[in-house]
Amino acid sequence: MPFTLTETFKTRAALVCARYPRKDAALIPLLQELQREKGYVAEEAMDALAVFLGLPYSRVKAVVTFYTMFNRVPAGKYHLQVCRNVSCHMAGAPGLLARLREKLGIAEGETTKDGLFTLSAVECLGACGTAPVMQVNDTYFEKLDAGKLDALLEDLRHGRLRAIGR
Amino acid sequence: MENILLKDKVESLEGYFAAGGYRPLKKALAMKPAEITEEVKRSGLRGRGGAGFPTGLKWSFIPKDAQGPRYLVCNADEGEPGTFKDRELMLKNPHALIEGMAIAGYAIGAGAGYIYIRGEFAAEADLLEREIFAARGKGFIGSNILGSGFSFELYVHRGAGAYICGEETALLESLEGFKGQPRLKPPFPAVKGLFGAPTVINNVETLAAVPAIIEKGGAWYASIGTPKSAGTKLFCVSGPVNKPGVYELPLGVSFKELLEKHCGGLKAGVRLKAVIPGGSSTPVLTAAEAMAAALDYESLAAAGSMLGSGAVIVIPEGQCMVKLLQVLARFYHHESCGQCTPCREGCGWIEKILNRLEEGRGTARDIETLYSAADGMLGRTICPLADAMAMPVMSFVKKFREEFEAHAAGRCCAPEAAGKH
Ligand SMILES: Cc1cc2nc3c(=O)[nH]c(=O)nc-3n(C[C@H](O)[C@H](O)[C@H](O)COP(=O)(O)O)c2cc1C
Ligand code: SF4
Ligand code: FES
Repeated sequence: MPFTLTETFKTRAALVCARYPRKDAALIPLLQELQREKGYVAEEAMDALAVFLGLPYSRVKAVVTFYTMFNRVPAGKYHLQVCRNVSCHMAGAPGLLARLREKLGIAEGETTKDGLFTLSAVECLGACGTAPVMQVNDTYFEKLDAGKLDALLEDLRHGRLRAIGR
Repeated sequence: MENILLKDKVESLEGYFAAGGYRPLKKALAMKPAEITEEVKRSGLRGRGGAGFPTGLKWSFIPKDAQGPRYLVCNADEGEPGTFKDRELMLKNPHALIEGMAIAGYAIGAGAGYIYIRGEFAAEADLLEREIFAARGKGFIGSNILGSGFSFELYVHRGAGAYICGEETALLESLEGFKGQPRLKPPFPAVKGLFGAPTVINNVETLAAVPAIIEKGGAWYASIGTPKSAGTKLFCVSGPVNKPGVYELPLGVSFKELLEKHCGGLKAGVRLKAVIPGGSSTPVLTAAEAMAAALDYESLAAAGSMLGSGAVIVIPEGQCMVKLLQVLARFYHHESCGQCTPCREGCGWIEKILNRLEEGRGTARDIETLYSAADGMLGRTICPLADAMAMPVMSFVKKFREEFEAHAAGRCCAPEAAGKH
């Protein structure tokens, strides 16, 4: 599949590059931009960006594989990221993860067949005071319990991703 | 005591301004840059990111005669497990950070600053961009700030998921568009930092304290807290307490006061087992040690731990210490950047042994191996991540040895918690 950078992207990219004295510093922000557009960063997109920034493909690839927030395959419409670190662990994260595995019929790292949900276990999200925490796409859901989790899944199934009060 | 950082009604520029905000910037711009650094030295302010390095001293390491650009970088990566203070501070008082950066930028002669914020904090990054835009509109950021001739650009740079990027030189690598692998020091960032230029890197909470110090003076700030640990600190308390959250208190406050007076005590029916006082990298304290501890740099060092980022993790009876250490080992192993053999291999080894012990396949010898593996990682690596793994391992094994022994003998020590595994 040929991949071309859109004009909108190129216009944004020029603004992003201008924030840095060297334009290759814009690599990560631009990968984020690409992921925002498509939901993931395909090999072809990495290649196109490498050409655009005048960088070797290997550098782009190394960066994409180093950072956990880049998806190299399309993720589900909702990416459920459950914190498994110590404060969330004590507050019941393993139970939440088990519940999600069971309800969605997938393991961590997998996507449901309908493409709606991807499940991940992630490290501390910096919100331990309101543990247990799950991030769905960009939005934090805090002080979760089984009931809230079920309600949230229902909401998402109906296309509603909305923040709840902390 | 009145809060310096966490205040009400200062989320917006209007609110912040009405509360006297940006007056310190005006005052600072009428001072000589070196006078500002002196004032910050006098305040006794120390880095709030974890290491506690004196802030004014750090600023003074920028070579006086350096030609070319200089940079100021704010570390808003907030990845240390247990830590959630910078997020709260950025949401509640973003302009204290923005103003603090403008003042620090002026003090060190930086023309630009970057806030490196962890990628997961999308809402917080959007908010910062909005508030910087507002500050620029009023002439507090940008060219010729308040007619002083000093220009300072400020950008938000989002991370992409990697705990190691909280380490300052990994952060610089990441900001330059590379993998976040820590650099060998020297050269130190003050001499050769971002894009090869002299750079100061400070935590969000450190920079946000600067406006108040300029406004009220270093001596005033130094009068808060203890003689060596000056000022207030944001303590983030997580675990089974009635009111977990972020509390701004003078350094030197006792853990007991933090727990009982501010956090409303332990939840009903909960008994204290242990406390990690400064984020997951700091040595654990037993309940008795914690109840006797004061929370400042020196007291916690004397108690065998560290103030770290001020992340107080409360661990109740019923939690299995082997399991919790396994959770931490999985984390550090996952986050090791892999450059140094002792760290890469050591973290992997430790995780494996803990998996064995957790699954009931461990032996008594595993406990010795665990301890000596950790010991062998200390102080041998490019960055302190290896130490950050070793310190919890050694303290958990030393202080809760019987639980490790029970596992080695095939029994989980905390049957009440078994269902929660
Ligand atoms: C593995 C590792 C992770 C770190 N993570 C953070 C972090 O998330 N935020 C932070 O401010 N400092 C972090 N630090 C400390 C920084 O390296 C650095 O000391 C700090 O940003 C300096 O600012 P300060 O002097 O204002 O504390 C980390 C250090 C290490 C070794
Ligand atoms: S100690 Fe670990 S994380 Fe730090 S540089 Fe070495 S391998 Fe990387
Ligand atoms: S441990 Fe889950 S948000 Fe920090």
